[in-house]
Amino acid sequence: MVVAVGVGTACSSSTPSSSGSGASAPAPSPVAEADKQWTMQNKNQSATRYSSVNEINAENVKSLKVAWTFSTGVLRGHEGEPLVVGSTMYVHTPFPNIVYALDLSKEGAPIKWKYQPRQDPSVIPIACCDTVNRGVAYADGKIFLNQLDTNTVALDAETGKELWKVKQGDHKNGQTITSAPMVIKDKVISGISGGEFGVRGFVTANDVNTGKQVWRMYSTGPEAEVGFPGSVETWEGDEWRRGGGTTWGWYSYDPELNLFYYGTGNPGSWNPDQRPGDNKFSMTIFARNPDTGKAAWAYQKTPHDRWDYDGINENVLVDLNMNGQTRKTLVNFDRNGFSYVLDRTNGELLLAQPFVHVNWATGVDMKTGRPIEVPEKQTSATKNTRDICPSAMGGKNQQPVSYSPRTGYFYVPSNNLCMDYEGVQVKYQAGQPYVGAIVVSKPGPGGNRGEFLAWDPVAGKKVWGIKEELSAWGGALSTGGDVVFYGTMEGWLKAVNARTGDLLWKFKTPSGIIGNPMTYVGPDGKQYVAVLSGVGGWSGIGVAAEMGLEDPTAGLGAIGAFKDLASFSNQGGVLTVFSLP
Amino acid sequence: MTHRDALRVVVALSLLCASTGFAQTKPASPKPGSSQPGGGGGQFRVCADPENMPHSNQKLEGFENKIADVIAKEFAASTRYTWWGQRRGFIRNTMNATLEEGRCDVVIGVPEGYDLVTPTKPYYRSTYVFVYPRDKGPQVKSLDDPVLKKVKIGVHLLGDDYTNPPPVHELSKRGVVGNLVGFSTFYSAENPPSSIIDAVASGKVDLAIVWGPAAGYFVKQQRVPLVMIPVPSGKGDLPFEFGIAMGVKPGNQELKARLEKVIETRHAAITKILNDYNVPLVEGKAGSKR
Repeated sequence: MVVAVGVGTACSSSTPSSSGSGASAPAPSPVAEADKQWTMQNKNQSATRYSSVNEINAENVKSLKVAWTFSTGVLRGHEGEPLVVGSTMYVHTPFPNIVYALDLSKEGAPIKWKYQPRQDPSVIPIACCDTVNRGVAYADGKIFLNQLDTNTVALDAETGKELWKVKQGDHKNGQTITSAPMVIKDKVISGISGGEFGVRGFVTANDVNTGKQVWRMYSTGPEAEVGFPGSVETWEGDEWRRGGGTTWGWYSYDPELNLFYYGTGNPGSWNPDQRPGDNKFSMTIFARNPDTGKAAWAYQKTPHDRWDYDGINENVLVDLNMNGQTRKTLVNFDRNGFSYVLDRTNGELLLAQPFVHVNWATGVDMKTGRPIEVPEKQTSATKNTRDICPSAMGGKNQQPVSYSPRTGYFYVPSNNLCMDYEGVQVKYQAGQPYVGAIVVSKPGPGGNRGEFLAWDPVAGKKVWGIKEELSAWGGALSTGGDVVFYGTMEGWLKAVNARTGDLLWKFKTPSGIIGNPMTYVGPDGKQYVAVLSGVGGWSGIGVAAEMGLEDPTAGLGAIGAFKDLASFSNQGGVLTVFSLP
Repeated sequence: MTHRDALRVVVALSLLCASTGFAQTKPASPKPGSSQPGGGGGQFRVCADPENMPHSNQKLEGFENKIADVIAKEFAASTRYTWWGQRRGFIRNTMNATLEEGRCDVVIGVPEGYDLVTPTKPYYRSTYVFVYPRDKGPQVKSLDDPVLKKVKIGVHLLGDDYTNPPPVHELSKRGVVGNLVGFSTFYSAENPPSSIIDAVASGKVDLAIVWGPAAGYFVKQQRVPLVMIPVPSGKGDLPFEFGIAMGVKPGNQELKARLEKVIETRHAAITKILNDYNVPLVEGKAGSKR
């Protein structure tokens, strides 16, 4: 089992213990030169979030200390991770989407340059729902940034000078961008957010040197606009025009197959009763050719979504031994609670297993790829549906998993949340009363709201789990030292043994962590681990409005599940960097 | 819902608001708590949508702007606005925002019983209406009219979680789905709030089903004479009539009482404003239907 692609090629020589036994670590793998840097979100094109760097290991991680810290100057949800290219670290912030270049070759990592975009302030009240940003991309001496107001910007990585800027959408129509761009060959690939506003999702490729749009493909609509047939006939009338299927998650790429992979979000804003059909290609994993934008295949995880199982979670590309055969696979932990293993060459479903408590479906039909739904858990705007698991916040949200080729395990920050979905009630928006579904999220079985899992993708089974009081809402990082790092909403950065899940070390950062830990080797030759903390601004509201919700029943109903968050942490925006003394 | 995005974590948008100076006036505002909204010579702090005619806009042309002035006058205060799109996050980012700069005390129009705020008693009552050309329109008077399956019906899409205006919701129950034409409430230069009424006038749709206050103002502006016919609720349907109240921060009973007093004493002035804006008013006991 090897990491299929990406810069961590040196690790392909390692022998993973896919049986995953015991606490005794095998000999260290050689450290890949490329792993001394962290040049893209999720570490490599396969999105494994694994680095072979191994100075910090399960034995010595207990001595980990803060090396330095950096305030981003912004107090909202900090998702994503900084990049390290050469001796420079690039740190991004939520809106207003500042980018800092920090000089790691100097003591205290002073600021080399700072880029602060000017964005139309009307983006704030109009595109009100989410001001997070999941990070920048680097390629070819340039830093690429997606701004909330849908501008994609290229900066000179050395000076921070703006090289080009292209607007991808109109925030006044509810379009925003929160996802990180990904560079594939000579193109910058960007998604779009705004699914709750009926935005029709698309993916755009722009030329890295000029910003010129090369192609744009939609999630819904005619074949010419989707790059794949079969969408229009799964909608009533022209509802595909408001079809949703936004593209705000992470992207991965297999250079050998020349395909990139991403997921699309929930279907458009009509209630499920009013959009009969499968609503393709919402809730879908797409495999597209980056040169043409055309799709090689598309697999819809949740046809005709009734739960907001917004299917944008990352697709990790690894080669797994399935039934005695090495397959080029794609592994996805979906919001709907199922973990999928697909053949990434053709989209064939190889395995689908629930990784959290799931009761809306009993399984996935391996022939059709469709979930086997439980009729009593099908929501409708005309009835109340109780105790659906997982909740709309998902068995896992956007926080990305990690895969260690040394253990063969996936490390999965998961939610243990269920929901009540009540039928009709009248709300008020844009000056007029309307019908709204009410969702109330609540802790799932056991009462803990999250669990950090080690998952065997071949067996489709949990290996171990660490129960978390709150959801595990930060990403995971695994390393050649057999240490796995993850952050919690209370603000703890934790290091656990990759094989056993034993807690080895923890540190309370200034704010809740919803970002992703990363690691690199500094110019001084030492290994560092860095994470952004900053959970967002609930303070003063008195309830956990950090979910972006103002009452326990609004939208996702997150408040019902996280009333006590304010007692654990406070808002912030700090990068904390750790090393051995 | 998508919310989407995930953690829609977010929220401290209010901070942003403060740092970009989005609030129309920089305060000098009284400290929260000590603030006497409407107190003699003070500020009457209103949370409003910057671009949602005929309700409100930043040029103060909406009927809610005019009503706010009536109240402010009674309070011997000046009106100060905090602008925010009236959609997800509106209350959170205005009335419930943590920073003083982002705060305001009153939303001029919320439906009675709206539980994100403490509503006053309703000060007017309106209804969803059918809008079609007076002369050659389809003469629809009920959601059960079979012609509704054949004609093009313009409806508003309220961009939130699985949402529809109540009559549109009830249309789906009657199997009327495919012939609906959606109009976004996300305003922009290409999509002004009048677009749904413009579409009726131009024949792009045969009729529209629109919330009365959002229809009346634009109906009046059309050259083609249009009629507004209240949409009656059938048995088992949701209500289509709603009482509209003012909203204050949850628990602010004192301000609620003061507003209710003005609603009573200035009832005639408020009703005149609503009539000027061609808001279809319906009789009905406040709070009788919800």
